[in-house]
Amino acid sequence: MPEQDPQVRARNFDEVALGYSEDLAVEEATRCLACKNKPCVRGCPVNIDIPAFIQLVAERRFKEAAEVVAQANALAAICGRVCPQEEQCEKYCVMARVNGPVAIGRLERFVADWARENLPQNGDRPQPSPDAQKVAVVGAGPAGLTCAGDLAAKGYRVCVFEALHELGGVLRYGIPEFRLPRSILDAQIESIRRMGVEFYTNTVVGRTFTIQQLLESGFDAVFIGTGAGAPVFLNIPGEELNGVYAANEFLTRVNLMNAKDFPVEGTPLKRPRRCAVIGAGNTAMDAARTALRLGAEEVTIVYRRSREEMPARAEELHHAEEEGVKFQLLTNPVEFIGDENGWLQRMRCIRMELGEPDESGRRRPHPVPGSEFEMEVDTAIIAVGQTPNPLIRQTTEGLAVEKWGGIVVDEKTGATSIPGVFAGGDVATGAATVITAMGAGRRSAIAIDEYLKAKRGTS
Amino acid sequence: MHTDAPHSARKSGDWISGNGHSCRLEGLLNPSSYRFEILEKERLSETVVRMVIRAPLVAASARPGQFLLIRPLEHSERIPLTISHADRSEGAITIIFQEVGATTRELGALKQGQTVKDLVGPLGTPSDIRRFGTVACVGGGVGIAVMLPVARALRQAGNRVVGIIGARTKDLLILEREMSEASDELIVMTDDGSRGGKGLVTDALADLAGRERVDHCYAIGPLPMMHAVCRLTKEKAIPTTVSLDPVMVDGTGMCGGCRVTVGGEAKFTCVDGPEFDGHLVDWDTLRARKSIYRDEERLALEARSGKT
Ligand SMILES: Cc1cc2nc3c(=O)[nH]c(=O)nc-3n(C[C@H](O)[C@H](O)[C@H](O)COP(=O)(O)OP(=O)(O)OC[C@H]3O[C@@H](n4cnc5c(N)ncnc54)[C@H](O)[C@@H]3O)c2cc1C
Ligand code: FES
Repeated sequence: MPEQDPQVRARNFDEVALGYSEDLAVEEATRCLACKNKPCVRGCPVNIDIPAFIQLVAERRFKEAAEVVAQANALAAICGRVCPQEEQCEKYCVMARVNGPVAIGRLERFVADWARENLPQNGDRPQPSPDAQKVAVVGAGPAGLTCAGDLAAKGYRVCVFEALHELGGVLRYGIPEFRLPRSILDAQIESIRRMGVEFYTNTVVGRTFTIQQLLESGFDAVFIGTGAGAPVFLNIPGEELNGVYAANEFLTRVNLMNAKDFPVEGTPLKRPRRCAVIGAGNTAMDAARTALRLGAEEVTIVYRRSREEMPARAEELHHAEEEGVKFQLLTNPVEFIGDENGWLQRMRCIRMELGEPDESGRRRPHPVPGSEFEMEVDTAIIAVGQTPNPLIRQTTEGLAVEKWGGIVVDEKTGATSIPGVFAGGDVATGAATVITAMGAGRRSAIAIDEYLKAKRGTS
Repeated sequence: MHTDAPHSARKSGDWISGNGHSCRLEGLLNPSSYRFEILEKERLSETVVRMVIRAPLVAASARPGQFLLIRPLEHSERIPLTISHADRSEGAITIIFQEVGATTRELGALKQGQTVKDLVGPLGTPSDIRRFGTVACVGGGVGIAVMLPVARALRQAGNRVVGIIGARTKDLLILEREMSEASDELIVMTDDGSRGGKGLVTDALADLAGRERVDHCYAIGPLPMMHAVCRLTKEKAIPTTVSLDPVMVDGTGMCGGCRVTVGGEAKFTCVDGPEFDGHLVDWDTLRARKSIYRDEERLALEARSGKT
């Protein structure tokens, strides 16, 4: 797939991957063997009929291809860009052993983009009938958006309540625009709005009002899709220093608050010069590449395990390397050191070596005695994980949660310990992926539909 | 598997009427509740502005000590402001702020009848209003606006409230009448003696503690003032609550930018606070963190000068 040149793109916020032309898409699609047993579909969390849509692309029937994808995935233009396909559909592609898997993700992106650019958008859906049952969706990330869209399509009245002033969850505040352009996100949200979903931003459920209040105020069911937004810190000395950020703060300032355009935009950000990013997931790659684009001279990913264990999407890792991000693997920070005014100056690290596998099956890293060294940095961005925000569980009586803070749900339905309250996405699984959150939203929409039909039947 | 207890409903005094989190939302969940119109605007001093803004959902559940985040215009920063008053019947909240930086000036430039772009709240943990006995409520500068609802609630809960408010000079002193009504006794201090006693609020507090038993102290104002009060009350073993206002982004515990060190631990001001035990706050770190964007603040002001 054509991409912007790494040297150039490392300094701009335009989308890195430029997408297939029609001819390139058709060429790629013809590589598909249309296996009868569809191994790729097994790897897709939302069961897109992959061979079917790819055959249609090969036959240049793009509109029908888009319809096949849209049936299973309301956010295809997003998933085509951000899914870890190498661990999902493409992992099972028979062609993987020949000359590389069919680029399923890129083709998904192509058909979704093609449909948006070439097909008339659906007109506004009629308003739900006045006696329609009402569902409240808390959180406008992929889980909440999908659940809301599906329920509106079934004729329910759906209100989405979002804490921030914009919609999209991590898609808005976390994933940078060079991976997911705002226009794509806006268009996908707009299509859900046109299905009749009502959106209310600036609403922190648990503070502005509670889940209980929603249930007492005429909502027949609630879906909680509040994600895993609370940052995890390292708990090492010096973490309070100026210049040390949670990745969430760094990315939110840039993505949600447009700090790269300060001072035209009101939200400031210190431009990093020498920057360390701790962690090696998607969040870490996004933070590192954003730091580069803000003009940093040197950006280093510091990770305590080795390359094999890095959780980031293969493509992000590859892009980060191409753009000049450096890597200090098997390295762990032990202390941040500041100047007399409280500004970060250096980071003391220790080398690690891998020992026996731990519960996760990955080899456990151990510090190498006497291997400490210092890195000169003015910015350190911590991207070692996120947990669910405690607000909802602290303010919802009777809501069962796991020790680590996730909401306890029935995996098939998303049902929680409170009748009529469902949950899904990162808030139930811990930080995962866009597509698993979407899938959870979709399953809960089906379960909520059944619950509400039964409720109506008995009342 | 365990369940966390919900927030216990706290007695909050006559600051607000009705019981917040059990009120029904019917009639409030519509787009008009999200049109944040400025109903009243009044200048309390040359740079301090009081605004009453329509925000019925926020008013319905706000409690003393809580704040909101406001974004006056499309391109503005999100900034925290304490809710000074919540009027449930009017569906309106009052904020009092000093026009110091770019965002507060943008807000101050809006007129009655205009709307603010975004407003979200109430945020933070409400004040822990208890019956302490005698409480010294020390407010400095625009912090007096933050002190006022807490003082009212403390008095309502049966405390003897001694208000101590201070400013550099008479013209900068705000809410004297309201604080006087909220207190059993009010002591006013100005640096230059142009109103009340000449000197600092800490002088008045030392004096008070010398002549009667003070069971608890609240200190809300500029950082050096709160720090000085805490030094004094620590010496005199008077438990002290302070209200902190570091830089924030989301106000929901998502970014970690508002973290402060309290008792050696990192706390998020927007969810764990904004009130903390003043004797446990690491003031040096807080001072540094509050200065992060000092240079940028100047740039933002320059970029906006000429514009309104
Ligand atoms: C920087 C970054 C990069 C990532 N990159 C990828 C990637 O490339 N591919 C991939 O598949 N996954 C990626 N992920 C993971 C993916 O984004 C998440 O798994 C997914 O967004 C989870 O969706 P969700 O709907 O559960 O929650 P979220 O997207 O977190 O949305 C939750 C929403 O709920 C709101 N909310 C929270 N609390 C409340 C409340 N009390 N009241 C009202 N609203 C509330 C939040 O503001 C937010 O908008 C990335 C994550 C990050 C942080
Ligand atoms: S303001 Fe972001 S965590 Fe408090």
